[in-house]
Amino acid sequence: MNEHTVKSYEEELALLDKKIAQMGGLAEQSLGRSLEALERRDPKLAEEIVLSDHAIDDLEREIEEQVISMVARRQPMADDLRHIVGALRITTDLERIGDLAKNIAKRSLAIADESHPKPLMTGIRHMVELALQQLKDVLDAYSERDAEKALAVWRNDAQIDAMYNSLFRELLTYMMEDPRNIGISTHLLFGAKNIERVGDHTTNVAETVHYLVRGFNIADERPKDDQTSSTLISGS
Amino acid sequence: MNEQSKAFTMEINTTGSADSDTVINPYKVTCRKVSVFYGLKQALFDVDLDVPDRAVMALIGPSGCGKSTFLRCLNRMNDTIPECRVTGEIKVDGRDIHDPELDVVELRGRVGMVFQKPNPFPKSIFDNIAYGPRIHGLARSKSDLEEIVIASLEKAGLLAEVKDRIHEPGTGLSGGQQQRLCIARAIAVNPELILMDEPCSALDPIATAKVEELIDELKKNYCIVIVTHSMQQAARVSQRTAFFHLGVLVEEGVTVDMFTNPKDKRTQDYITGRFG
Repeated sequence: MNEHTVKSYEEELALLDKKIAQMGGLAEQSLGRSLEALERRDPKLAEEIVLSDHAIDDLEREIEEQVISMVARRQPMADDLRHIVGALRITTDLERIGDLAKNIAKRSLAIADESHPKPLMTGIRHMVELALQQLKDVLDAYSERDAEKALAVWRNDAQIDAMYNSLFRELLTYMMEDPRNIGISTHLLFGAKNIERVGDHTTNVAETVHYLVRGFNIADERPKDDQTSSTLISGS
Repeated sequence: MNEQSKAFTMEINTTGSADSDTVINPYKVTCRKVSVFYGLKQALFDVDLDVPDRAVMALIGPSGCGKSTFLRCLNRMNDTIPECRVTGEIKVDGRDIHDPELDVVELRGRVGMVFQKPNPFPKSIFDNIAYGPRIHGLARSKSDLEEIVIASLEKAGLLAEVKDRIHEPGTGLSGGQQQRLCIARAIAVNPELILMDEPCSALDPIATAKVEELIDELKKNYCIVIVTHSMQQAARVSQRTAFFHLGVLVEEGVTVDMFTNPKDKRTQDYITGRFG
């Protein structure tokens, strides 16, 4: 791709990418650390995660302001237009991912004193690991402008959904075994739901990257496999 | 057309005029293998382009790319330049405009033109507009002529501003008003095709907006081809856009697609400001 005749325009676009990468890095970090806080029952770490979320929020605001200013001053066209609008969309998704990680950290505080059922924790760990991999891949797809990679991330989300479904069933069973498990199970359930939502936002980013590179939206319907809204384990 | 532009066109159709969907309109102008030579130098290379009726087609491209040359082919204005030779076929309403039996004066009556700088005659506003109908014998009586003048001013959105000074010189109007006077003059002879060569480049943003509003209005009845250096203007006023570069028609398509997702790298580079 040739450079813009106006150099400052080129620099602004590069700055936008840099900020998105920075924001993505922070979101990844938050999510990874929220798992650590949960597993290690580390209230201090959890507090840190909650406090560090404002850095992601600040970046979102900065990117938003820059996008508005660029639309007003540059009247972007074609791939520039898709780049700038794409950045705006991605920043919203990354901010939400940060919020979800923060929420997991908060929940880890609430259940720090309870005993954590091991198989369920393993399930959560796998979900986070996959969500992190997906997030990393989609951020790479963005910086490399790789539509195929974005498409792969988009397809892969079904795996997170499947993990969530099975974890959901396990948690229900665990709650039925002993009502004293309901407290921790509910928090873990919301935690798992948060990770599933992270996957959805990552998929949104993948869609945006695809549009940004190719200029049209991913045509076929995204594979949706979250069945928990219709799942019930009968007690009798 | 991809999904997005389809949705966009539908949106326009439900909120705006029903004629916005250019796809259904028949072609007013069809061009095949049009080449133009100035002496030995070839300025335009085998251009194939179809222009739909009752719609606006924008021609964009860097200076010297041949877009104005192409525009001037459509009313045979290049005939006036010695050394200039046009080859290929251009049909307006299915009729070859290079047919030796065709009367060039009559052709130019059917094809109106508006230029970069407003160029009213040094006459009254009335006479500026009455000039064309007079020489083409379109008015049988004085009241006929008055009717044409008033109707043209009305269509050009100028009537309210000048109705009290219609016999004052046209050159006394502001730049934007002069340009709309020129548009009124062009439509007074009831043309079918209106060619505009950078009609707003000498106008301020408000006058530009008024001319653009007028173009929007006129496209309900006329086929308009506009050359513009303003990408935003092309994006705003046209339904289809053609991009010229070095005398070649590089890409032509639905305007929304051209400005969000052009197919050719040269188009991309030009509209995003990447040409060295």
